[in-house]
Amino acid sequence: MSVSLEHYLVLSAVLFTVGLFGALTKRNAIVILMCVEIMLNAVNIAMVAFSRFITPELLTGQVFAIFIMVVAAAEAAVGLAIIISIFRKRDTIETTDINLMKG
Amino acid sequence: MGVDIAFWVLAIVGIAAAIAVVSLRNVFHTALMLILCLLSVAGIYVTLSADFLAAVQILIYVGGISILIILAIMLTREVQHGSLSNKLRIPVFIVAAVFLGVLIFAMVNSPWQISSLPPVEPTTPALAGKLLGEGGFILAIEAAGVLLLASILGAIVLVREK
Repeated sequence: MSVSLEHYLVLSAVLFTVGLFGALTKRNAIVILMCVEIMLNAVNIAMVAFSRFITPELLTGQVFAIFIMVVAAAEAAVGLAIIISIFRKRDTIETTDINLMKG
Repeated sequence: MGVDIAFWVLAIVGIAAAIAVVSLRNVFHTALMLILCLLSVAGIYVTLSADFLAAVQILIYVGGISILIILAIMLTREVQHGSLSNKLRIPVFIVAAVFLGVLIFAMVNSPWQISSLPPVEPTTPALAGKLLGEGGFILAIEAAGVLLLASILGAIVLVREK
């Protein structure tokens, strides 16, 4: 059986769910950021698969994937900067300990 | 046939690396597994005949973002603490499993209209025309440039010594 669109979509769904599980359960802020990167990559796989199998002549899905990468790079830079500045102030990046705004 | 074998190998390596990212205790090993996962995603792009995206994936993710993440791990000395889980582990696992089931059910049962046209290759000139040409995404590219500039300035301001 040759690989079809559904194979790529299921791969993307599995990667997205693994990333979602990690992003919601991990306590280390850097690991949460890594799981968000996995989720963004899963979405990119779905975009490129749709572009390849449904509209191969348009390439719009690949253009969207490029913009997702741009936003992911910006998000990683600002996110890691925020994590480092929190670490300087509070000496920890465990999300359970960062509860300054908790009621 | 070769593409099929490549897909299965890359998919299994990618999913195994992603599971390792969420299950390993050592934060540094987690970062290395993330790099393996991103590399296998680049391979998946090659099987989808998206050559430009595969190169960009390796340049930006494997070359840039992963170095940034490893740098942040070393700056925050969290390697000794390890990557622990919070109290929500079991409920989140149930929710994620249900979500995955719904997602796969919807994807497999949707009547996708598969096109029989061959893929465009090489994709780089076609993508350039799409991004910069007539009726393309030139405004979005300008906005992306402004976003990148703003995020770089924001990162500098956030980590600057007072």
